[in-house]
Amino acid sequence: MSDAARLPLRLFGLAAGELPPFDLEVAPGEVVAISGASGSGKSRLLRALADLDPHEGRVLLGEAAADAMPAHVWRRRVMLVPAESQWWHDAVGAHFEAEPFDDLEVLGLPRDALGWSVGRLSSGEKQRLALIRALSRDPGALLLDEPTANLDDESVERVESWLLQRIRGRGLPTLWVAHDRAQIERVADLQLRIGPGGAELVR
Amino acid sequence: MSVIELSYGELALASLLVLALGVVTALARLGMTRSLLVAALRTVVQLALIGLVLETLFSLEGPWWVGLMGLIMLLAAGREVMARQKHRLTGGWAFGIGTSAMFVSAFSVTVLTLVVVIGPEPWYRPQYAIPLLGMLLGNTMTGVALGLDRLTEGVWRQRAMIENRLMLGEPWREAIGELRRDATRSGLIPIVNAMAAAGIVSLPGMMTGQILAGSPPALAVKYQILIMFTVAAGTGFGTLAAVSAASRRLFDERERLRVDRLAAGGG
Repeated sequence: MSDAARLPLRLFGLAAGELPPFDLEVAPGEVVAISGASGSGKSRLLRALADLDPHEGRVLLGEAAADAMPAHVWRRRVMLVPAESQWWHDAVGAHFEAEPFDDLEVLGLPRDALGWSVGRLSSGEKQRLALIRALSRDPGALLLDEPTANLDDESVERVESWLLQRIRGRGLPTLWVAHDRAQIERVADLQLRIGPGGAELVR
Repeated sequence: MSVIELSYGELALASLLVLALGVVTALARLGMTRSLLVAALRTVVQLALIGLVLETLFSLEGPWWVGLMGLIMLLAAGREVMARQKHRLTGGWAFGIGTSAMFVSAFSVTVLTLVVVIGPEPWYRPQYAIPLLGMLLGNTMTGVALGLDRLTEGVWRQRAMIENRLMLGEPWREAIGELRRDATRSGLIPIVNAMAAAGIVSLPGMMTGQILAGSPPALAVKYQILIMFTVAAGTGFGTLAAVSAASRRLFDERERLRVDRLAAGGG
């Protein structure tokens, strides 16, 4: 869906859960890190952007508003990758529409990982495969909920640089929920802090 | 061929069998002698009452009385469908969907069978209408209850999976597709198994009753086949309708999974 690429993600008066309404524009290829204590509503914010929970306010990708298209079309463009990925077929490959061999290699997974059964995946393998699965569907914007939570240091580095390369290369506006200060330093252009007073943008 | 009259004294003889079983279960300390005897007593009382109701209904012969009886049976079945689901839809939807599905399928199949196939005069003659509707409602109820329970239970357990599929951009029908097919299948399995085993493993209850009551076996067999076919159609269409309506209700207009529309199911 190259027509959806290189467009900004724009939020107007978005209010999810207890979070007071706020505006935000994420430019193509820009990463906004979302930080805040657990339970502050970071995941709920991402769910609202993917239109998985009822919410106030408008979200647009470029000029196209979420409510102007069927919800599944919106979610394919503005793709949420949850902290815990789910796998419902027996074979890993059955969850993929394409065969993203290059991405597997970059993230340190063998080519035949697509032939594996889901039961033998470790949590780190699941996390990497879930990111590849989402990006291989060619979204126009990314919502990442702690994308490196289950990974060892070496894999964290690989995944970060692979993600940044994709985000910049395809011009994907990205919201990235992160706990680790060092990671925020490494990947984020801007930081959205969620506190008791609401969402606050920090440069 | 005349029917051998069954006297109350003879029934009392048969009840000795149950009493004997009760003595043995008591000696074996199975702890269910009481419930066995209570259940036996309930059979006697409930069937005697329905016998009275049917005798009255058969003598009245009015379409409104038959309709009223049908309505009571339908509402009782709707209640039962609702009670058999742990994570039922809230806000009256569990009752509404179950009852409408049974109404649409069981009633239309009954009326169709009466008018087109059996053809009594008048078509609503209670001797035919009530037993037929009873067989259909009873079986459709089982199918609808199994299907809805399987669906809501599956969605409750696998909500994270369904939502992950939605996140990847799947339409709601696709995200719930497998659960929905599983649920419909589990509603249909009992009647498919019953048809496959009929006559080989088991003699169906209705046919046995008819033969004992003096019908020639060939006629009893024909009626049994008719019942099997109508029950299969009623159960199948009822389960399909209920599972599909409940699936739709589990998502809102923005294709969000609305688990909040299911009861938490404490027990």
